[in-house]
Amino acid sequence: MKKTMISMMVVVLGICSGVFAQELSVEEIVKKANEASYYAGKDGKADVKMTISDSKGSARTREFTILRRDGDGGDQNFYVYFKAPADVRKMAFLVWKHVGKADGRWLWLPALNLNKRIAPGDKRTSFVGSDFLYEDVSGRGIDLDKHELLASSDTHYKIKSVPKDSDTVEFSYYNVWVDKKTFIPQKAEYYDKNDKLYRRVEAVKVEVIQGYPTVMEAVASDLKSGTSTVNVFSNVKYDIGLSERIFTERFLRRPPKEVR
Amino acid sequence: MRGMVNGCWLMVVGVSLVILLGCTSSMSAQDEGLLSRLDIDVHGFVDVRGGMRTQEDLNEKDASLGEARLQLDLQRMGDLSTIQVRADFLHDEVALEDDLDIEEGTGFIDLREANVLISPVDFMDVKIGRQILTWGTGDLLFINDLFPKDWQSFFSGRDVEYLKAPSDAFFISLFPGAVSIDVAYTPRFDSDRYISGHRISYWNPGLGERAGRDAIVDPVKPDDWFEDDEVAVRAYGNIAGYELAVYLYDGYWKNPEGMDPAAMKPIFPELAVYGASIRGGLGKGLVNFECGYYDSKDDFDGTDLYIPNDEIRALVGYERELLKELSMGVQYYVEQMQDYTSYKSVLLEGQNAKDEDRQVVTLRLTKQAMSQNMVISLFTYYSPTDSDGYVRPVVKYKVNDAWLVTAGGNVFFGEDDYTFFGQFKRNNNVYGGVRYSF
Repeated sequence: MKKTMISMMVVVLGICSGVFAQELSVEEIVKKANEASYYAGKDGKADVKMTISDSKGSARTREFTILRRDGDGGDQNFYVYFKAPADVRKMAFLVWKHVGKADGRWLWLPALNLNKRIAPGDKRTSFVGSDFLYEDVSGRGIDLDKHELLASSDTHYKIKSVPKDSDTVEFSYYNVWVDKKTFIPQKAEYYDKNDKLYRRVEAVKVEVIQGYPTVMEAVASDLKSGTSTVNVFSNVKYDIGLSERIFTERFLRRPPKEVR
Repeated sequence: MRGMVNGCWLMVVGVSLVILLGCTSSMSAQDEGLLSRLDIDVHGFVDVRGGMRTQEDLNEKDASLGEARLQLDLQRMGDLSTIQVRADFLHDEVALEDDLDIEEGTGFIDLREANVLISPVDFMDVKIGRQILTWGTGDLLFINDLFPKDWQSFFSGRDVEYLKAPSDAFFISLFPGAVSIDVAYTPRFDSDRYISGHRISYWNPGLGERAGRDAIVDPVKPDDWFEDDEVAVRAYGNIAGYELAVYLYDGYWKNPEGMDPAAMKPIFPELAVYGASIRGGLGKGLVNFECGYYDSKDDFDGTDLYIPNDEIRALVGYERELLKELSMGVQYYVEQMQDYTSYKSVLLEGQNAKDEDRQVVTLRLTKQAMSQNMVISLFTYYSPTDSDGYVRPVVKYKVNDAWLVTAGGNVFFGEDDYTFFGQFKRNNNVYGGVRYSF
């Protein structure tokens, strides 16, 4: 009898503590993390300095300004305007991200005055030669993976994500550590088909800007080739009232003042 | 008149240089803020490249390319206007004429851009001056893009950006709503920088053989201001992710494709083009279709032997990624003569008859390697109707953020001496170059 009482107490307490801590389902965590990472504010801009280092220690840099505007149903537009190095200066890259279907992508080549539409292609391709992939920049659809909460510490959720269609990606799964307070993914580690860790993306510096926790420095490392890329963000602003028309051919031809 | 125009352009280049030199010298003195206070952005590159023919051509130099150029790119983006001047200063060992002609692009200055962009009202952009203009959906095939091209640069191994020659134009863009409209008005006809024989040997039908520097093409060019002008219009919009456009052009054939039999001089006959295009996603790739009706206005019924016939031109293309960082594009292109019976009936004896349909297929393969620092590309034109073709292999390697090395080739082949690509067989060349960008 006494034993039963104790076990009942444990069960009740257990339920209570669960209720009080408001443990979220893994789907809710992933959704909140996606929103924190890619949907802060209705729109935003940032200057990015990218440094790509290879295993021999030589480095290449890219500097660009990125504009983002949210549409309906998770769709977003991105405008990337390159400032350095000199050979890519004044190039502009426009993305119309559509959730659940192929994105529209255009590249503006100023010397040719050419608006080149880019075939949808593999989103897990390097972004401008760096260790970041297109999908890291614009976000990976949260429905593309099955998520499992592996652990929950005082500060982080650890989530394992397994692709539903493993043929379209190079990883077999990845683990993400999501900050419990900000819901910013602190670290993601990717495992290949032989269960070997080969890639890591980390948010090494997070600041709160206009109330939104924001990654100010991110590092992507390719553990196989030994290359790594650091992105340093500056001049981050949200809710600046970007017009939808900025994300059209007109402003590929003549960059908007927001990127100057 | 020509001298005056040249003088005008020279002044633009001169003033830009003075500003630039003034800024840099004062910068070195003390006032470091002047350039940035004027808000002028200065960039550019130095590009040195050389190439040689892989076979002898008695009518041309063995060197197909040998030049050093400095490009200076000055830009000032203000709140009300953007001013852009981009000029190449070059030393060209292969050029035959050294006379500076900024309109034609010969001599030691090639002025690429000198324009001002303003938005007088919210829904309108106007760009006035020298500018590079491009539109249409083809990949190195052009139907509704009748802006000037530079085929000599393209065939001799300059960077592909030099395929586009500048226009001296008013470019007005209107954005009233879902449909946008561009109007390019060129007050005086800007022809292609056509194959003249200076650098590239060609089939000369009059001589009945290949010719080059021995028979420089010397056409009569329409050159009256506001009389011999060109208008190009495009209206475009998006529907369900597909980009649609209609085009209109009224001007001249861009190459001297006609002949004045009395003067025995090549001419640029009048031409109007009406066309349309569509581009969008299909499966895992992109599909595009473009067509145009070429109305050769000086030859109403196709019976004038010396004027090109009307033509329908059309192309369909598909592009997709084959593997990661390996993409492929294929195109099918056709030119169909409209008054073929008339054309045949007036053909002189011994003249090589063209086919009614000229068909071309193209294949582009692009491979990126070494963290996208190396790009290997191969573009091939092949015409099954002319039994000729043209292959363009190019390798580019970015040594670091500033240095780029390039190597490539231009290879023409064909069964006959007089077909479009076959005529250039003696110009096969290989080239290499280095570029430092700043």
